[in-house]
Amino acid sequence: MTVGDTKLKTVSLRTFAYVAVALASVGLLLPFAWMIISSLKHNNDVFTMPIQWIPDPWVFENYVSIFTRTDMPIWIKNTLIISVVVTFLQVFTGSFAAYGFARMRFPGRDVLFLAYVGTIAVPWQSYMIPQFVMLNNMGLGNTRWAIIALQAFGAFGVFLMKSYFESIPTSLNEAARIDGLSEYGIWRRIMLPLSVPAIASLTLLTFVSAWNDFLGPMLYLRDRSLWTIQIGLRTFIQQFSAEHAMIMTGAVLSVLPIAVLFFAGQKYFVEGIATTGVKG
Amino acid sequence: MATQPVDASLEMGHSLPPQKRRSGAKLKLRNTLIGWTFILPNFIGFAVLTMIPIITLFYMSLTNWNIFGQSNWMGLDNYGRLFHDSSFHTAMRNTLFYAAIHIPLTLAASLGLAILLNRKMRGVALFRTVAFFPFITSIVAIAAVWNMMFSPELGVINQFLMWLGIENPPGWTTSTDWSMPAILIVQTWRFMGYYMLLFLAGLQTVPTELHEAARMDGAGAWQRFRNVTMPCLRPVTFFVTVMCTINALRVFDLVLVMTEGGPGQSTLVLTQYIWQLAFVRQPSNFGYAAAVSVVLFAMSMVVTIIQFVVNKRREA
Repeated sequence: MTVGDTKLKTVSLRTFAYVAVALASVGLLLPFAWMIISSLKHNNDVFTMPIQWIPDPWVFENYVSIFTRTDMPIWIKNTLIISVVVTFLQVFTGSFAAYGFARMRFPGRDVLFLAYVGTIAVPWQSYMIPQFVMLNNMGLGNTRWAIIALQAFGAFGVFLMKSYFESIPTSLNEAARIDGLSEYGIWRRIMLPLSVPAIASLTLLTFVSAWNDFLGPMLYLRDRSLWTIQIGLRTFIQQFSAEHAMIMTGAVLSVLPIAVLFFAGQKYFVEGIATTGVKG
Repeated sequence: MATQPVDASLEMGHSLPPQKRRSGAKLKLRNTLIGWTFILPNFIGFAVLTMIPIITLFYMSLTNWNIFGQSNWMGLDNYGRLFHDSSFHTAMRNTLFYAAIHIPLTLAASLGLAILLNRKMRGVALFRTVAFFPFITSIVAIAAVWNMMFSPELGVINQFLMWLGIENPPGWTTSTDWSMPAILIVQTWRFMGYYMLLFLAGLQTVPTELHEAARMDGAGAWQRFRNVTMPCLRPVTFFVTVMCTINALRVFDLVLVMTEGGPGQSTLVLTQYIWQLAFVRQPSNFGYAAAVSVVLFAMSMVVTIIQFVVNKRREA
């Protein structure tokens, strides 16, 4: 094989890689592009032969009328309340418990952690029924608290924070102890400030999964005034299945906050998910 | 000055005075208490919302618990019923079929992309970001878009297929034969970017010297892939397979929003059957739904135990 041959081979392989990546990008992005394009059309222009890739005419009204025709403001408000509370509780209880698991020694700790590990693989759907019965008996059925409780105490946060805490040298703890700091003080003044990347990951991932949660609200929230954006959008689709453009407008609005968060903090998303390999 | 504390502690180890030993026990108690206070806020939620429901599930599966909370002891009757329940069999078959296609398809797509991207190329960073995005997008929005794209008459996908010269493109979500493939396509699209990232991280650990050595020995690209890259990637591949399997068992929300298990029962999966038995069908039967749940629970436990055993063996 001559040098020229090898070079040709490398060049053609490179071209192939570029073409393949370009095709994959189109495949990955097409649904999002289609969502946005369709939201800027009239209903009649969404399904055409051939496809209208550039809206003609451009219709921006959908983004105004969706706020009056649906309960969109209420949905957004409810989803925000739930997501913010869930995120706060998950980050607080998760990092607090992680400190106990990573830095304290006491009998029963490892068994307890094994119980946490064991449930990671258990599908929520397999225990949603007893959970539903219990939360209803506690009077939480049809309240926001049910959804918050459902999401806020996941094992995911404990894992993520524990594995990060374990990467921090224990000598710091010992030094702080000698300086008279209590364990709680160490958690707050030393571990938390040093774990900003992990906290950012956990915050973003928890917020996103709370924002996207669909099954929990569908099972628990009967009052329209409590609906989240996912459940509202889903109901709108069922009731007005011919309003293609409006449905796509709703879809864009439900994805938009996540997209903004994602592109602002993509590093933390990727790191958080790569550390533990699981999503909440 | 630095040696003094060491000496002191050595001496203490030789002959602990009684008070010192007591304070050791006290310290242990104190540590236990502090440890528990750290864990407790999360643990209360975890116990109430996850552990107790899982334990209750087994009891519930032995009763005919209904939505009003009335229940009678049924023994193993619910489990006996599973053997004659054709809907359960359909759901089981669909779940296994889904897993059997989804796992290899997603593995191949994500590994293929990772290998393509594991080189210096313009736009790689951007692509990695983009590929990950479907994974964190809401299911409702995804299902809405794909349902429109899959529309048999004027959807993007069938228009493209007709442009390619295919005269009778599939009916996708309206057809009993094509609704499951439609769901599989969407799920592969959703997950491949995420697994690709895991594979990319794994590829970084493959030593370049090994590749060089193999190239020196005259190994072609395929041989190098099979004998150098794949063995190095084995841990990641195994992990991704386990994750894929677990995710395949819990597939639900996408099915619910895209097809509701239809048309007919062509996309009915186990999780959705549990949902139907408990919350959709009249009269609702939590007891029987719990028995189906126990089956799902057992399946995911088997996967986890296999993972655990294989990991242990690798460490040994």
